[in-house]
Amino acid sequence: MTTLTTLRPDLQLIADWVAPASRVLDLGCGEGELLAWLQQHKQVNGYGVDFDVNNVVSCVKAGVNAIQGDLEAGLAEFEDQRFEHVVLSQTIQAMQHTEEILLEMLRVGREAIVTFPNFGYWQNRWQIMQGHMPVSDDMPYQWYNTPNIHWCMLGDFENLCAKNHIRVLERVVMAHGRRVSFLPNLRGSLAFYRVGRG
Amino acid sequence: MSNLSSSVGIVAPQHADFATPLPLSSGHVLASYRLTFETYGTLNAARSNGILICHALSGHHHVAGRYSADDKAAGWWDNMVGPGKPIDTNRFFVVGVNNLGGCHGSTGPSSIDPDCGQPWGSRFPVVTVPDWVTAQARLADRLGIDRWAAVIGGSLGGMQALQWSIDYPDRIAHALVIASAPKLSAQNIAFNDVARQAIITDPDFLGGDFYAHGTIPRRGLRLARMLGHITYLSDDGMGEKFGRMLRSGEYQFGYDVEFEIESYLRYQGDKFSDYFDANTYLLMTKALDYFDPAKDYGGDLVAALKKASASFLVASFTSDWRFSPERSRETVKALIAAGKRVCYGEIESVHGHDAFLMTDQPYVDLMQAYLDRVAAEVNA
Repeated sequence: MTTLTTLRPDLQLIADWVAPASRVLDLGCGEGELLAWLQQHKQVNGYGVDFDVNNVVSCVKAGVNAIQGDLEAGLAEFEDQRFEHVVLSQTIQAMQHTEEILLEMLRVGREAIVTFPNFGYWQNRWQIMQGHMPVSDDMPYQWYNTPNIHWCMLGDFENLCAKNHIRVLERVVMAHGRRVSFLPNLRGSLAFYRVGRG
Repeated sequence: MSNLSSSVGIVAPQHADFATPLPLSSGHVLASYRLTFETYGTLNAARSNGILICHALSGHHHVAGRYSADDKAAGWWDNMVGPGKPIDTNRFFVVGVNNLGGCHGSTGPSSIDPDCGQPWGSRFPVVTVPDWVTAQARLADRLGIDRWAAVIGGSLGGMQALQWSIDYPDRIAHALVIASAPKLSAQNIAFNDVARQAIITDPDFLGGDFYAHGTIPRRGLRLARMLGHITYLSDDGMGEKFGRMLRSGEYQFGYDVEFEIESYLRYQGDKFSDYFDANTYLLMTKALDYFDPAKDYGGDLVAALKKASASFLVASFTSDWRFSPERSRETVKALIAAGKRVCYGEIESVHGHDAFLMTDQPYVDLMQAYLDRVAAEVNA
């Protein structure tokens, strides 16, 4: 097991939102870097979920509890209000059942942390004006091979929350690893939301 | 990286005789009994690197290695257990044991009942998974192992690993529960009963006391094994291997062996009936049917698992319909609800239930990664 000292900036922002010694569920956990860091630095008790068996193997190597599963099928393995934080990092835009996963997250957890590439980012708008679908560091796919099927901007996500009576507790927008507060929907490439029922 | 070609080499079975009576779930008491087992690797000074391998329906203590240089077949899990393999005998002290009621050296229906000097036969009591675990714990005492680094099993073996975590929470650090279930479904019990009926209705079974008459209920055993074998493979796997291939290439318009699958199943059935004891088959299937650790907790598996302190690896295989991934997910769900540390892998495989004995790469990788974690914890 290796000790992680630094996290990717977007994961660090999520990690900062997680309370010490809390119960965390990381959906689409990949190789488990966020949970491994949280276990080592914040003594959280967590599970990761990932579709790919090779990611589960990586999580095992990283000392992270990983459950192989398909988020599209819901979170039946987890009982109501089992976790303090449920994380869905840069995955919601690639999901078929977008609204359902958001509701599931707040069924099994008190708070949901959702991050996604902001389609309203000026570089995306610029590429569209030039006549092409946007391709960037945060969305490195061509239109014909992208897994990202449900694009949204900040306001779109907030409308979905409002429709389901979900409260936005905190919002941070970033570009190039830095926070953006002025004209976030234009200048921000990544959106971070902390939402809940409270 | 695991090296699947290396072996533990030439091995020999050992025996442990127990004179302390063993009370069984059924209410019967086994006054004395023998367990036959094998060990591979070396127990470290801290006695912390022991791994118990629990066998499934037709398995036994001969897990790895060969009995002689010209022994044709290696132990039943030789592809997973050995130097440099996931269950690495350079790091772990691995114990394989034949369960009570077995027919490979441990006390069972074909052993001699010391009270009357005759084979136990129909008088051998039905034993359950918890009974096996109690007997295995006594073997652990005998070997000087207070706490297993891991207890590992597939299918019925996985049930024993799960039972260990409940019955002896302080004596097991990790439970690896592979291609198993927290209890059998009605369909699964139904398959077992057809197998039992095949044996019991064989005229040579003689109520289970066929030993004295020099007969073996060969036809029943053969049918039971053929049926079982079908359920251990997947439709796709069978199709890939045999398809509709004919032995002679042409229809014979008769009832002899024509399709390759018929030939394969009959061969497997014949081979099995040559060495496996009919009463043991009945007993093992009953142990499967009765397994239900939640039963003592009002059917609540979460409550049953509450006192477990082990970490768990649960694994299932996509084409396994006898112990389907859904059944493994029930175990996982209960472990999560009970707040246990658990990893779960659902391995893509065409090998059906038998996949737990195969070496699909993600399965080997998962076992390797998990056992590396176990080894690191016990400084093996």
